[in-house]
Amino acid sequence: MLELRNITMRVGTETHIHPTSLVFKPGSFNILLGTTLAGKTTLMQLMAGLEKPTAGEVWFNGVNVTGVPVQKRNVSMVYQQFINYPNMSVFDNIASPLRVGGVDRAEIKRRVGAMAELMRISAMLDRRPAELSGGQQQRIAMARALVKDSDLILLDEPLANLDFKLREEMRDELPKLFGERQCVVVYATTEPTEALLFGGQTAALHQGRVADFGPTGEIYRRPASLTGAQVFSEPPINTVKAVKSGHMISAGSSLTWVAPEGLADGDYTIGIRAHHVTPFETAGSVPVDGTIKIAELSGSESMIHFDAIGGDWVSLSHGVHPFVAGARATLYADMSACFYFAPDGTLVRSGEAEGRH
Amino acid sequence: MNKTVNQKAWFLVLPVLVLVAFNAIVPLITVVNYSVQETFGNNVFFWSGITWFEDVLRSPRFHASLGRQLTFTFTILAIEVPLGVLIALAMPRKGIWVSVCLVLMAMPLLIPWNVVGAMWNIFALPEIGLLGKTLNAMGFDYNYTRQPGDAWFTLILMDVWHWTSLVVLLAYAGLVSIPDAYYQAAKIDGASSWAIFRYIQLPKMKRVLTIAILLRFMDSFNIYTEPSVLTGGGPGNSTTLLSIDLVKIALGQFDLGPAAAMSLIYFLVILLLSWIFYTVMTRDEANQ
Repeated sequence: MLELRNITMRVGTETHIHPTSLVFKPGSFNILLGTTLAGKTTLMQLMAGLEKPTAGEVWFNGVNVTGVPVQKRNVSMVYQQFINYPNMSVFDNIASPLRVGGVDRAEIKRRVGAMAELMRISAMLDRRPAELSGGQQQRIAMARALVKDSDLILLDEPLANLDFKLREEMRDELPKLFGERQCVVVYATTEPTEALLFGGQTAALHQGRVADFGPTGEIYRRPASLTGAQVFSEPPINTVKAVKSGHMISAGSSLTWVAPEGLADGDYTIGIRAHHVTPFETAGSVPVDGTIKIAELSGSESMIHFDAIGGDWVSLSHGVHPFVAGARATLYADMSACFYFAPDGTLVRSGEAEGRH
Repeated sequence: MNKTVNQKAWFLVLPVLVLVAFNAIVPLITVVNYSVQETFGNNVFFWSGITWFEDVLRSPRFHASLGRQLTFTFTILAIEVPLGVLIALAMPRKGIWVSVCLVLMAMPLLIPWNVVGAMWNIFALPEIGLLGKTLNAMGFDYNYTRQPGDAWFTLILMDVWHWTSLVVLLAYAGLVSIPDAYYQAAKIDGASSWAIFRYIQLPKMKRVLTIAILLRFMDSFNIYTEPSVLTGGGPGNSTTLLSIDLVKIALGQFDLGPAAAMSLIYFLVILLLSWIFYTVMTRDEANQ
C-alpha cells in the first residue's frame, strides 16, 4: 500500500505540489488525470523517490520511505519518450534490471523470454531498440519495467507518443498485463477518455492539487467540484452562471428551465458536458442561441464552438451537421444532465449521476 | 503519372560549380601540373612523369616528417578526446554557471592561430616566460628552443590548450541533448555512474564525437601556423611537421616539382585516413 501523507513540493518560490494525501492499495490501477504541468510527473517522481518532498511523508507497506533513494525501493517507471539503452540488444535491455538485481543467468533467460512473449517482441530479442518501431520500443521499455517484480509501477503518459492504432492496441493490452500482480500501478494521462477506458481509480489533478479522487466512473459522473469536472471533461465542459428562484432556474433572460426538485434557491454555476449540447431538440432540452465560431466536422462527429450566453460553448454530436462559421444558430442543451455547483465550486447536484445518462 | 523532366535545373548548380572550380579544382590542377614537370626557371617546363612522386615517397626526409606528423596527431587525439569528454561531463547542465563555462571554453577557439603561437612562444621562454621560468625554478631543465623533448611537450600542450575546447563543446552538446528521463530510468535500475556513462552518455555522444575526432584529425594533420610560430620546426628538424617541411621545400628551396608531388601525397594521406576513421567509427550504424 502506497500512502502519500501531506506531501508538498516547492521549487524556489513556486509550489509544484500543494499538500496532497492519497492512498493506493496493492493490486490497484490508479490514474493521475490532468493537463500538462498539472503536477502528474512531479507527483510520480515523489512517489518513486526520484525527488524528495519539501514537506510530508511517503509510506510504503507501513514503512516510512521518505528520502529513501529510488534504487533502494522496488520501483519501475515507463516514460512518454521511449527510454531504452541505445547500444544494448532488446534482450539485454529487458534483462538490465535483473542483472543489477543479481538474478542468475538461467532465471534471467526464462523471465526475459516470458516477458518478451507477453509483449509480443520475442522475434526481436537480438536487435537494437533503434531498429524497431516506436510501438515496439515502448514495448521494450514496458517489458523492462514489468520484468522485475516491482511494488510500484509508474507509467508517465506511456502511450502519448504512439500513433492512434498502436495506442488503441496497447490500451487494450495494458490492463491485462497488471491483472494478477499485487503491485500498485499509477498511470498518468491527459486524456479523460483513457482514464474512463482503464477504470480503476482516478485522481484529477489541477495546478498541483488533487481536485478529486475516487473510482473513475464515480468521479466522472459525480465530480466533487467544478475544477474536478473541468479536468475530467474533453472537450471542455460548458459553464454558465445561473440563479434559482421558485420553480425556475435561469441564466440571463434567454436561458431558463425548470429547476430539479429539492434544489435550494440561490446562485449556481451550471456545468454541462459538450455531448449534452446538440443540434437536436429533445424532451427537457433548452434552446441556446449563439453565433457559430468554428465547426469541426469529422467523419462521424461534429464539434461546434459557438458564442452564446456566458461566453464560449462547445457542442459535440453524432453525425455531420453543416454549420457555417459566423452564422446564427440554435443548439439544445439537455439540462437534465447538467451539474449544479455552489458558488464556491462544490457539487450540489449531478444530473449525470441521476441515472439517465 | 507523368514525371516532369526539366534539364534546365542543372543551371541552378552552376554558381556552386564555378565557385568550387575557382577555390579547389583550378589550384589543384595547377599543383598536378607542377608535380609532373621539371623547370630550370624562365617559365620553361619539361615533362618528368612520376619522378617527383617516386623521389618523395623514397625520401627519408618525407618519411621522418610523416612520422612526426602521425605522432603529433595521434598524441593530441589521445589527449584531447578523453579530456574533452571528461570536462564536458564535469560541466554544469543547469543554472547560471552554464554560460560562464561555455564562454570560458570558447575563449581559446576565438584567438587567431598565429597569436596562439606567439603567446606560447613567449609564455614558454625559459628566461622570461611564465611557464618556462616557473618550470626552471621548480628544478626542471626546460628549454624548448634547445631540447627536442621540451619542444614537443610545449607543442602538444599548446594544441591541447587551444583545441580541447572544441571537443568539450561538441561533447557537451551531445550530453545536454539526452532527456532527463534516461538518467531517471538508470537511477531506477540502480545503474552505477560508470554504467550510465558506458550505456547512455557514450552511445548518445557517439555522433558528435565522430565529428569531433574527424575535425581534430584533419585540423591537426594540416596544422602549420602555430608550430611554425612557436618552434619554426626546430630545434633542428625535431618538430618539422609535414606542412612545415612542405613550405621549406616549396618556398625555402623553391623545388616546385617535389613540393607539388608532396602536396598531392599529403592530400591523399589525409583523405585516406579520414575515410578510414569515418568508416570505422560509423561501421556499427551501417550494420544496423
